[in-house]
Amino acid sequence: MQHAEEIDRPPGILRGFATNLGHMLVSLLIPVVTFVVLWRGFIFLRDGQAPQWIMAIVAIVWGVGGAMALFLVANWVIEQFPPSWRRRLTPFIFVGPALVILAWYLFIPTLRTFYASLFDANGKNFVGLENYVYAFTSKAMTESFRNNLIWLVVGTGFSTGFGLLIAVLADRTNPAFETFIKALIFMPMAISMVGASVIWKFMYEFRPPGADQIGVLNAVVTALGGKPQAWLLMQPWNTLFLVAILIWLQTGYAMVIISAAIKGIPGELLEAGRIDGANEVQVFFKIIIPHIRGTLVTVSTTIILFTLKIFDIVQSMTGGNFGTQVIANEQYTQMFRAFHFGRGAAIAIVLLVAVIPVMYYNLRQFAQQTEAF
Amino acid sequence: MAAKGKNLLGKIFVYGVLIIIAALWTTPTIGLLVSSFRSGDDVVSSGWWTVFRNPAGANLSFDNYRIVLGAAGEDPRLQEKIRKGQEEINLFGAVLNSMTVTIPATMIPILIAAFAAYGFAWIQFPGRRMFFISVVALLVVPLQIALIPILKDYIAFGLSGTFLGIWLAHTGFGLPLAIYLLYNYISSLPRDIFESAFIDGASHFTIFTRLILPLSVPALASFAIFQFVWVWNDLLVALVFLGARPEVEVLTQRLLGMLGTFGTDWHLLTAGAFVSMFFPLLVFFSLQRYFVRGLLTGAVKG
Repeated sequence: MQHAEEIDRPPGILRGFATNLGHMLVSLLIPVVTFVVLWRGFIFLRDGQAPQWIMAIVAIVWGVGGAMALFLVANWVIEQFPPSWRRRLTPFIFVGPALVILAWYLFIPTLRTFYASLFDANGKNFVGLENYVYAFTSKAMTESFRNNLIWLVVGTGFSTGFGLLIAVLADRTNPAFETFIKALIFMPMAISMVGASVIWKFMYEFRPPGADQIGVLNAVVTALGGKPQAWLLMQPWNTLFLVAILIWLQTGYAMVIISAAIKGIPGELLEAGRIDGANEVQVFFKIIIPHIRGTLVTVSTTIILFTLKIFDIVQSMTGGNFGTQVIANEQYTQMFRAFHFGRGAAIAIVLLVAVIPVMYYNLRQFAQQTEAF
Repeated sequence: MAAKGKNLLGKIFVYGVLIIIAALWTTPTIGLLVSSFRSGDDVVSSGWWTVFRNPAGANLSFDNYRIVLGAAGEDPRLQEKIRKGQEEINLFGAVLNSMTVTIPATMIPILIAAFAAYGFAWIQFPGRRMFFISVVALLVVPLQIALIPILKDYIAFGLSGTFLGIWLAHTGFGLPLAIYLLYNYISSLPRDIFESAFIDGASHFTIFTRLILPLSVPALASFAIFQFVWVWNDLLVALVFLGARPEVEVLTQRLLGMLGTFGTDWHLLTAGAFVSMFFPLLVFFSLQRYFVRGLLTGAVKG
């Protein structure tokens, strides 16, 4: 670790190092010992019978420590090489692990999934585009496309809209009040979508007419003289009740980003507008909106990406039943309930193709903005 | 004078609208929190808001939490409340599993991404630009693409249902964003830092561990918080790679299971949901500054 890398040492000593048999043995031994220790740890974690909290601590230490140890050992090994080799190998230590993992977990799976999408349920027989025909024409998938479109339009629209409204209004209030209100709106971002589903299932809870309603929504409806409803069974409106959960979760995100952008607008610009006789509505549409257009694009494309891949909320609220199916949940259903790998793969490819243009736009916009800072 | 009156009306309007929105946004969570302290019979027979009408007779207790955390013990009063099957809920084990999954699944990708970001930013090697563009391009790949191929590999290697398997999966899915964000930060550090260190004869490894990592703490912390909350709240990756074994099941999986089997036991469900929200909320409220900074630099998983 302490060796100088850039300054080559006299070649004689180096050759002496490299040819020294004992030294080579040590160079081999250290990585081997590391691997053995890590492997033993893995076996212990897989088969060990210790109390759960001990296993948890061992696992955390093993996992985090193991990753560090591998980097240290890899670096130690290349430092045993002569400088010219060392310089050639150093980049691999730094970017190598990331590239290997990315290739294994994302790049190659994309090719494998595309390949699998051309085969039948078990991956045995080639079926051409049959799975794609399913992905575009089956009842479950056309329903999913319709619902994902609702998620995309309503979810993105309302999250961004509410975020903008709150950001603009909060900007005009006392700073302490602003911080407090923003924290309350932002808080759901820390909650898992499954947790949020529990919260909202309780909000939508239905009791027959006459009984005391325990869900807030039905209590309000009956207090106003209406009839209680089983909201999650109400087709086709039930998807909107699921989208409400996303809006609840994502508005805080939109608000924080938009608020930062609004605070970045020079005060003189707003003053100048007001002195020229513009009212607050005109200031909003003529100065604020054009100024934060880039931010609005980033926020909405990010939420669009989120809605395209929406899974947890649907899985935990309705399981995709009652006309609420979405693409990602149908993919999960095909793969892990129906075990039709071909269809699951084809739907995953459809999802990828849907994501690409939005992600491209999102990244380009983001890159432009960071340059502007 | 007229202008002043208008101004005051405007102020009342602004504050009023914000208070209404904030109340709407907070009500669901308050309902959950209140219900988690009420008895099972109370929860199903009257709305949680009735507690505020008669706080003295509300009969709130930690009983539900003791039941879901498996801390009921031999307490006869609690044993009486626990219905058949409910003694198996024990979310305490799931909390431990969530920790075991989340901590390494946060640290490992950060470590690997920081090395890679440094490599891409400050080490010359052939293909550097092409590799970096490929990494950023992988941001578009939804993790759904990887589920089946990786699950096949895991079954072949015996990694399915292991913590190592899910750490690596979260690492793989989190790396493109982590590298992209850390690269933005590390590549913008001033060049002089490196040059003087090189002149002193330090290697890349030394510069990285001694200089760059400490300097990058703000960026690392922002991403760490995001990855922590994301992994803790993840459901899909856990469902696919951990499977439904109680020894490894994480909180989100257990909560989903409870929604199915205890769908009517709202007192237990609400307590369970709050248990699952506790750590992310703690992290969120104590490190909100970093959280917001992370958001502003684009730390959002697509």
